[in-house]
Amino acid sequence: MQDILQILAKLDWSPLYISIKTGIVATFISFFLGIFAARKVLKASGRVRAVIDGILTLPMVLPPTVAGFFLLLLFSRRRPLGILLYENFSIKVVQTWLGCIVAATVIAFPLMYRNARAAFEQIDPNLVYAGRTLGMSEMRIFWTVVIPTAGPGIASGTILTFARALGEYGATSMLAGNIPGKTATVSQRIAMVIQDGDYLTAGIWTIIVILIAFFFIFLMNLISGKALRSDKKRW
Amino acid sequence: MQLILDFEKKLEDFHLHVHHEGDASRIGILGASGCGKSMTLRSIAGIETPDRGLIRLGGRDLFDSSQKVNLRPQERRVGYLFQNYALFPTMTVEQNIMAGVRGSKEERQKRAQEMVRAFQLEGLEKRRPAELSGGQQQRAALARIIAYRPEALLLDEPFSAMDYFLKEKLRLEMKQVLQEFEGLSILVTHDRDEAYQLCDHLLLMHEGSVIAGGPTKEIFDHPKTVEAARLTGCKNISRIRPLGPHRICALDWDNLELTTQEEVTDDITHAGIRAHDFFPCAGENAENRIPMKAPVLTELPFEWYIVLQNKIWWKVPKDIRSHDFSESLPRALCVDPSAIMLLSLL
Repeated sequence: MQDILQILAKLDWSPLYISIKTGIVATFISFFLGIFAARKVLKASGRVRAVIDGILTLPMVLPPTVAGFFLLLLFSRRRPLGILLYENFSIKVVQTWLGCIVAATVIAFPLMYRNARAAFEQIDPNLVYAGRTLGMSEMRIFWTVVIPTAGPGIASGTILTFARALGEYGATSMLAGNIPGKTATVSQRIAMVIQDGDYLTAGIWTIIVILIAFFFIFLMNLISGKALRSDKKRW
Repeated sequence: MQLILDFEKKLEDFHLHVHHEGDASRIGILGASGCGKSMTLRSIAGIETPDRGLIRLGGRDLFDSSQKVNLRPQERRVGYLFQNYALFPTMTVEQNIMAGVRGSKEERQKRAQEMVRAFQLEGLEKRRPAELSGGQQQRAALARIIAYRPEALLLDEPFSAMDYFLKEKLRLEMKQVLQEFEGLSILVTHDRDEAYQLCDHLLLMHEGSVIAGGPTKEIFDHPKTVEAARLTGCKNISRIRPLGPHRICALDWDNLELTTQEEVTDDITHAGIRAHDFFPCAGENAENRIPMKAPVLTELPFEWYIVLQNKIWWKVPKDIRSHDFSESLPRALCVDPSAIMLLSLL
């Protein structure tokens, strides 16, 4: 017990802040990109839709290290895009916090996209037609009818995205590295302390991660449960 | 208000070709399910786009392929009552009604209040659609459309998903709404009673084409074609062989010979008799006498269905408290020559 308190007192909390910050930013980006992509894909026709859907879902299916490898290829400062970003905008992705965000976003985005898409597919097209014949603009229909009706699906997609972004390890370690106080996330810190044989610190971090995970599952059930109660006739 | 429909659209099973031109204000489109009647309504609303043709409402071109005109649904000022009402599930009744109303917040609320009163939705303003009964949902959907002040009201099978009792009640309410509505209304239905009750002008549709059009009562009196007779609810239809200018042999009714009032012209292939048009014969030598052989009786609350051996259906009104008809069955049925409808195939 004494040991645990001692470790807690000296614990460097920066990985938690970095993970949460990364999670929030990655979720924010994924939220809008995912909804946008879901809407565009649903409008596309048959074969185009299948191809784009495959590409957008790929990061979820691939091992994160493979995604990390591609990201490294893309953003390396010896490659065209990396050079372009650095020379014109002084933007560095590799070994920076931006790298954390890029990696987490790429890996977590498909969860948002797929959940949003599934939620949109459930929507009765007549709701949209009704809005149109009532003179509502497409934007207004989308934000006041489609999004609220798809609410529970979008909310659970957002939470899953945040949870996935929070725990991202593989792609992050390749693209952003494990720089303490800068790019060291909780998952990376756990891997590092275990390598050092410090199981107690690893255990403390693990408990923190489990608590966070539980909180989010609870939050998700709360939202979907509420939606089911208030709107029995969802179809 | 003038309406011109003249458009085509290729569908999976058939070619939709709609033609109608006139000033009738309460129009009905009657047809079996899958005949293209809903597609017609959706084309008028702009939810579907015809391949070519013209849709003109009160002098405004909603769609004209020759001029490349295709107004968005938002610009058509046409209200559409969906079969499932399509109320926005996350909005309250009041918010739903305000959805199509323009203006300041006060104006929109005032209009919503008017509609709530007109459609007897008092006390339900803050409820969500899922918390309303089927009838209340329909009223809320109508209120939302009328609040928008459309020039035309399109009703897509509004009573198809309702139980019998509610249906009768809401049809009366709908009659009232349509009478008060100043624009044009088009009701799509497969139910001839609905069409008869709510529409002055009828279009009959079969496999994508308008096979008859005209004042409702005229269509019911003289269906002219086999499909039209069937859609207006004629139970007895038989192929015929002409025997003379006013004499036919009904092939599907055991070669029954009948005298008609109308002249049997070359295009006549069938004859139809409505099940209510038979009456018990007076004498042995009466005209168009049909012997009552081996009748099969079915009792309904207010009607007897009697099927004769030659497959003719006879419907007789009855008293709710009488349950035996076999004793008083006539020995033969008669039909007036004027009640025999001569029909052609399309």
